[in-house]
Amino acid sequence: MEELLLGLEKLWSGFLGIAAFGVLIVVLFFLGSRFRGRFSHPAALLIFLGPAVVLLIMGLIVPAVRTISASFQNSSGKEPVGWANYQWIFDSQSDVIVNSLLWIVITPIASTALGLTLALLLDRMRRESVAKSLIFMPMAISFVGASIIWSLIYEYRAPDKPQVGLLSQIVMWFGVADPPKWLLWQPFNNYLLMVIMVWIQVGFAMVVLSAAIKAIPGDVVEAAELDGATGWKLFSKVTIPMIRATLIVVVTTIMFAVLKIFDIVRVMTNGNFGTQIVPNEMYAQAFVQFDIGRGSALAVVLFVAVIPLIVFNVYQLRKDRATR
Amino acid sequence: MSVEAHEMPILPDVDPLEKESIPQAARRKLSSPWASFVVVVITFLWTIPTLGLLVTSLRPAADAQNSGWWTFFANPAVTWSNYAEVLTGGNTIPNGITPYFFNSFAIAIPAAIFPLTLACMAAYALAWVRFKWSTVVFFTIFALQVIPLQMSLLPLLQMFNLGWSLGPIPIFPDLNRPGSEQSLLAGTYIPLWIAHTMFALPLAIFLIHNFIAQLPRDLMEAARVDGASHFLIFRKIVLPLSVPAIASFAIFQFLWVWNDLLVALTFAGGTPDVAPVTAYLANVKGTYGAQLHLITAGAFIAIVVPLIVFFALQRYFVRGLLAGSVKG
Repeated sequence: MEELLLGLEKLWSGFLGIAAFGVLIVVLFFLGSRFRGRFSHPAALLIFLGPAVVLLIMGLIVPAVRTISASFQNSSGKEPVGWANYQWIFDSQSDVIVNSLLWIVITPIASTALGLTLALLLDRMRRESVAKSLIFMPMAISFVGASIIWSLIYEYRAPDKPQVGLLSQIVMWFGVADPPKWLLWQPFNNYLLMVIMVWIQVGFAMVVLSAAIKAIPGDVVEAAELDGATGWKLFSKVTIPMIRATLIVVVTTIMFAVLKIFDIVRVMTNGNFGTQIVPNEMYAQAFVQFDIGRGSALAVVLFVAVIPLIVFNVYQLRKDRATR
Repeated sequence: MSVEAHEMPILPDVDPLEKESIPQAARRKLSSPWASFVVVVITFLWTIPTLGLLVTSLRPAADAQNSGWWTFFANPAVTWSNYAEVLTGGNTIPNGITPYFFNSFAIAIPAAIFPLTLACMAAYALAWVRFKWSTVVFFTIFALQVIPLQMSLLPLLQMFNLGWSLGPIPIFPDLNRPGSEQSLLAGTYIPLWIAHTMFALPLAIFLIHNFIAQLPRDLMEAARVDGASHFLIFRKIVLPLSVPAIASFAIFQFLWVWNDLLVALTFAGGTPDVAPVTAYLANVKGTYGAQLHLITAGAFIAIVVPLIVFFALQRYFVRGLLAGSVKG
């Protein structure tokens, strides 16, 4: 009972926040509509665009500049140290970089390949919506929730005891007497963590690719079939080229998500046992070790890694458009 | 990524989860039983992990800790006590999930409304209020999506705690109470709301702009000729017509904030005052990882809200997700 009252109080603060925000907007609109004549245009511009621009400058542009400059400073952010923080990343954190690269390459490709397979199979099925919903469902679950779900699968118990983890039990049914401690099993624990991300992302890849496959005009497929294309040939010469742009979007979208993912590793292993990746190391340096310089340098590494992805993506889409 | 992605070929404007249309069904000569079988197997595999969570959360403590959840079907014993304990706190985990659960709502609802409102306004200005630099501003905002939110965390935290000034000009005031180490904002939702709003804006403006810019020009011009101000047009014409885009993005943003851990840990810490369920779960998983029956109950409470949203509003959810999946 007491807790519910406390909860109502919390909801009330949320409501007050919304109300205050609403009043602010109404006042701005009221003031703005008082301007007449030649001031009305700039006033409208200022009120409509101003708040968003101010928040973007304060929330993204200035912080990005400050983070870049902090990455050249020492742990307290007070003395310049040149490239030392980056030197530290590439000297002593190369494992972290390698893990991140594995994540960025393997997870999107695995998710997309599986999603494409499912999309193709679904295209040959009558009742597809239930299967689609269920495969897509993990996408609604938080990474934290997904990690807890999967820790039930990777749970380790001594082989002479009743098993609690599903994976151990399954391999024991198949005759493995002594399953490993999955999350400590280097270097394979990295791949086990990636499985969680694949589990989440496959639904996304499937839904988008399935829509793209359905959008292929029927006459294109018929013409190809008349020319004798079937099976693999139809798939590789007609289907894939027709959905090429969508495939690129799916792969790069998942790459973006993977590049910045932090929650799975944090909750499952907290980066121990050789599973550390850049975003979690960044969090650990910045908010656990309070090393502003190193934390910032790791954030900049992420930022630099995102840029070629975007450039490639925009370039590919342009090209795709031009040939259309 | 998104510019072209949202226009034509990439994300076709069919509801991806809807039943197939009749011509497609006719086009398909055979629906292969083999394909159906593989899909059913994969669907089963994909559902098992979540099923395991639900089953474990309903089992008595001793059962859950000493036997696999699949043995439940041979030896069914159901209890609600895990949920009771994790909701209010108990002997094992002293504080319950309830305050965090309410925090999640108090964070996520405003953090969905604020950026949406501001994004609608900005998108309208960029699309329909003529000014010299509108294209440049629009593309700059679009480009800001490249900045990973990790770049902003430290500087924003400094801003909330210590204030910011550009030389002598204060940009964000130092809100420390005199004689205390704590900012006035500590223990409130305000830093979380502001941070989520800031991070959501580039994508929100971009997507809503794409929608608003396609409203009929004649309609806008007729309203202008009749003497309607921008404020009136925005309220009476633009907002009502943009409801589908707004609904999709609202759902996406609500779920994004609900499921977020990084921003929550950075700006709320782990206290029951303001931290959301994700932060609670991450903490509890670290400290009481062996209490499977309680952790699974907590996790189920945390994921039940997004699951309800997902199953109830699937169509909007999918659209919002497809449009918004590039966020971060």
